[in-house]
Amino acid sequence: MELKEIIFFILATATVLSGWLVVSLKNIIHSAFALLITFFGVGGLFVYLSADFLAATQILIYVGGVMILVLFAIMLSEKVYNVSIFHASKILPGLLVLGGVQVVLLRVMIESPWRIRAGADSVMRPTTEILGGLLLNEYLLPFEVISVLLLAALIGAVVLIRKEVKRRREGACL
Amino acid sequence: MPETIIPAGYFPIILFFVIALFFGLVTLFFGSLIRPNRPSVEKLSPYECGNPPFMDSRSRVFIRYYLVAVLFVLFDLEAVFLYPWAVVYHKIGMYGLVEMLLFIVILLVGYAYAWRKGALEWD
Repeated sequence: MELKEIIFFILATATVLSGWLVVSLKNIIHSAFALLITFFGVGGLFVYLSADFLAATQILIYVGGVMILVLFAIMLSEKVYNVSIFHASKILPGLLVLGGVQVVLLRVMIESPWRIRAGADSVMRPTTEILGGLLLNEYLLPFEVISVLLLAALIGAVVLIRKEVKRRREGACL
Repeated sequence: MPETIIPAGYFPIILFFVIALFFGLVTLFFGSLIRPNRPSVEKLSPYECGNPPFMDSRSRVFIRYYLVAVLFVLFDLEAVFLYPWAVVYHKIGMYGLVEMLLFIVILLVGYAYAWRKGALEWD
């Protein structure tokens, strides 16, 4: 086995194992840190697919941003220790959903026309430069619209949370 | 497994992770060999300025801090779009700079709004 395959299997195992830990650990802070490893592992797998922009996005947004949101959500929540998400009554619906998703994934896996390249063309190259060129030339309008979308999300977040804070303050005064 | 070749630029990152991992493990391992190990209840309790802890150190934080986290994620997203731009900057030059400035100015409006509304204040 070559080094890159060993690293791939380490990455894949770490991703799956930590994903399992996320749903099985009792302390949700530990779950959150296991989720961190899952995000990192997925980022590493993106690198293996030569999707370096996706990998950078994964690290910046998920490891850097979404993890912060998750940790803040935990700090805001009341119950942190001894949390169990296992409910005996939900095994059957859970299995049904899982089975459905599996069917869809398998169908996509088998039926998609995967472009498998051979020979000298199989060397995968970094994609960020191509993406950057496309974003700033051909897809300039969508690129600028993204900033408007982010602006809307920003203002929405400020408005929503300020309302919540104000309501709480008034509640505290009464 | 299909033939995938990791871009050579990632080798230093792997090396960095390996060295970081070994640095931590080796330090802990040799530390555990050398240091005396005589635990007692007092030594193992959380240190709180010398006083015995009187309550759970964990408490719920105010919902307002969540806004700071949300704002951080939004500006994080903005930073992601700076990355492909920075990679092609030497090719596009002035044209790209103007486009990116427009992108950032639109977001600065949101920043100014959040600032104006006092969303960044820690009271």
